Amino acid sequence: MRSQTNVRRTASLAGALLLAAGLASHAAAQGSATDPRVGLRGGWRDAGEAIRNLELVSHRDRPAGWFNAENAGDFGFANADMAFSGTLAFQGGFNGFQIWDVSNPSNPRLRSSLACPGGQGDVSVHRNLLFVSVEETRGRVDCAGTGVADSVSADRFRGVRIFDISNVDQPRQIATVQTCRGSHTHTLLVDPRDQANVYIYVAGTSPVRPASELAGCSGRSPSEDPNTSYFRIEVIRVPLAAPQQAAVVSAPRVFANRETGNVAGLWAGGQHGPGTQNTATTNQCHDITVYPEIGLAAGACAGNGILLDIRDPANPVRIDEVSDPNFAYWHSATFNNDGTKVLFSDEWGGGTQARCRATDPVLWGADALFTLTDRKMRLAGYYKLPAAQTASENCVAHNGSLIPVPGRDIMAQAWYQGGISVFDFSNPARPVEIAFFDRGPLNERLMLGGFWSAYWYNGYIYGSEIGRGLDIFRLTPSAHLSQNEIDAANLVRMESFNPQMQTKLKWPAHFVVAKAYVDQLVRGNALAPTQLTRISRDLARAERLRAGSARRAALTNLAASLDRDAARSADPAKVRLLSGTLRELASARR
Amino acid sequence: MKPSFHRTSAAALLVLATAACGTASGQARPAAAPPAPPAGANVPAPPAAGANGPQRRYTEADVRFMQGMIAHHAQAVVMTRLVPTHTERADIRLVAQRIDLSQQDEMAMMRRWLQDRGEPVPAADAAHAHHAGMDHAAAGHGSMPGMLTAEELARLEAARGAEFDRLFLQYMIRHHEGALTMVEQLLASPGAGQEPELFGFVSDVDADQRAEIARMQGLLAALPPAATPR
Repeated sequence: MRSQTNVRRTASLAGALLLAAGLASHAAAQGSATDPRVGLRGGWRDAGEAIRNLELVSHRDRPAGWFNAENAGDFGFANADMAFSGTLAFQGGFNGFQIWDVSNPSNPRLRSSLACPGGQGDVSVHRNLLFVSVEETRGRVDCAGTGVADSVSADRFRGVRIFDISNVDQPRQIATVQTCRGSHTHTLLVDPRDQANVYIYVAGTSPVRPASELAGCSGRSPSEDPNTSYFRIEVIRVPLAAPQQAAVVSAPRVFANRETGNVAGLWAGGQHGPGTQNTATTNQCHDITVYPEIGLAAGACAGNGILLDIRDPANPVRIDEVSDPNFAYWHSATFNNDGTKVLFSDEWGGGTQARCRATDPVLWGADALFTLTDRKMRLAGYYKLPAAQTASENCVAHNGSLIPVPGRDIMAQAWYQGGISVFDFSNPARPVEIAFFDRGPLNERLMLGGFWSAYWYNGYIYGSEIGRGLDIFRLTPSAHLSQNEIDAANLVRMESFNPQMQTKLKWPAHFVVAKAYVDQLVRGNALAPTQLTRISRDLARAERLRAGSARRAALTNLAASLDRDAARSADPAKVRLLSGTLRELASARR
Repeated sequence: MKPSFHRTSAAALLVLATAACGTASGQARPAAAPPAPPAGANVPAPPAAGANGPQRRYTEADVRFMQGMIAHHAQAVVMTRLVPTHTERADIRLVAQRIDLSQQDEMAMMRRWLQDRGEPVPAADAAHAHHAGMDHAAAGHGSMPGMLTAEELARLEAARGAEFDRLFLQYMIRHHEGALTMVEQLLASPGAGQEPELFGFVSDVDADQRAEIARMQGLLAALPPAATPR
């Protein structure tokens, strides 16, 4: 979140321009007056709810001491981002963090919490280490809630805290890495070739503190001071053998002009022409998503989306950048699992404003979907929450993660008080909503609330609700998503999950994965109905056979016939995914 | 429902202003907070009420900053309102439109912040600021950094075309730099700028005004040279 207050009221022209260019989002057409999300009753703990193709398996209010009873929208107690490890969910916030035991997602239990104010409290977890972002000037090294009396003080903390959570009930702060602009967000990077260290990419978005408080900090413009603390990110290296020695090791100028070296080399801020969005200046990244297995990171950096080569973690190199006349503020990024697409979200209005009203342009405050080929990004489409929200609800694209349905690109995403939307962007030109959850306004007056993030983790979608607590969901089958596809997604198990560090999702050899592909071929009319019926029948027969040579032969034969069918299919790639899965099943031990 | 400034009567505002000035700075809200846990203390679940200890919420300097920035922004809006009739340049109209919208929205946010805390809210319209019973709160803001004097404002109002373009950009750059100075001064005030919502707002002002300054400097550099040195 960025508590931005800027509004553009004459918004319709940009939408019209893009419609003319043939890049219209289909979001507008999906929404309708009969959408159950429209007209929900408001309230803090008793708001009306609308749900489709999801089941809310549990809800927990914010615990005692973690909210201001007089003001549900008090920023000082806002819940924020999440990370996961084993059966624990870490919920960061402006006041510290809460650790939930989710070994039974239907009955989450608050395991421990640590009051340590400073906002926004972005969290990452790696083994016994928990990393927490602090940006506000009230942040203190000692975690006290008293603020800092002096304007320059050694007690102030802005940067990344490192906690040892070997004892989950007693998190212990073992290091504090101070940075010039604090840490609005951070991203954990585990380099597959570096066993000794992990890295933290720090995105600071706040004013620079004085050099008298932290040596080397400079709030001057790059023309006045080439060593300005703006126009950079910071990289912290954390030696795993001695995490207390974590330190900033580089401050890459990832926005520099490649020819001139001017550190302010990207979007200078402003409109792209009459009627377009006003886009922020690229002097910061808001959030960076790394995908170590493909050696890339996508940076959502205020005025641009950038692509970084991160194979040398301390020295990321920008290899591509995009801008967009509909974007106000490049906020976050998500790769698809294949690394062939990247989604960027636009936090128009900073997350505190109502930007999903029926009158708001469908291409503003949305996700922009890019294809990624030969390390170049190309715009393919947009996705925006398809149900209009009231003027009392802060709403804009926010944090989400992939749902591992094999053969499709599906994501769960938080939209603040717009709720959670699950959608398919396999075809980035035509994203389609699959499921949703929404509550009515927190208050009739616009105040900060709603879902900060919605992340899939080991079979469930976890929603961090800023003002209402924690919600956990399960997908339910529909015409858009079969039970086989859900079951296949649930096969994917992660030991831990930091949503801004993507790892390659892999599916074990299992019949339900093959059945999920068959369901997709049926849904897409990718083969003749008679062929599909035969494939389903043969697959069911093979599954009924005991593991052994007969089953192997049946699977291999079916795979071979599918390979022959692929050329005539409307979706040859999917047919080959299916035959590949059948061969894996054939060679599986049992 | 977007919060808007309620036209509280001048008398009521004066009462509020007087009350506010009688209050010590650094007031904690919610009041009556329980004692702080030990530094960095872990609070096991379920945490006792008051896991957070006393929280410094805002100071008198924060209130003065918000009140002053409303008046400061209001003058920027007065300047941008001249643009449609004083220049033909589309790029300057664009930048002015942008400033106009953002400053108005930020003023609405600042009013709401003050209102929520029962602090005196300056008048909605800068032109009436000195007649709306807010002289008390607005007093001392006459010398706010970057503000135009009445003479400078008159000079801008009288200018047209190329002369207006140059003056507008020069004045607005100075005005915006003044806002950055106000942010700097706020953060240099003991204990100020630490209320989370205000801190987020200050971060935005810092980022947005820097962006607009850079944009206006670019426009200024690209202007044709002035016909007569002034």
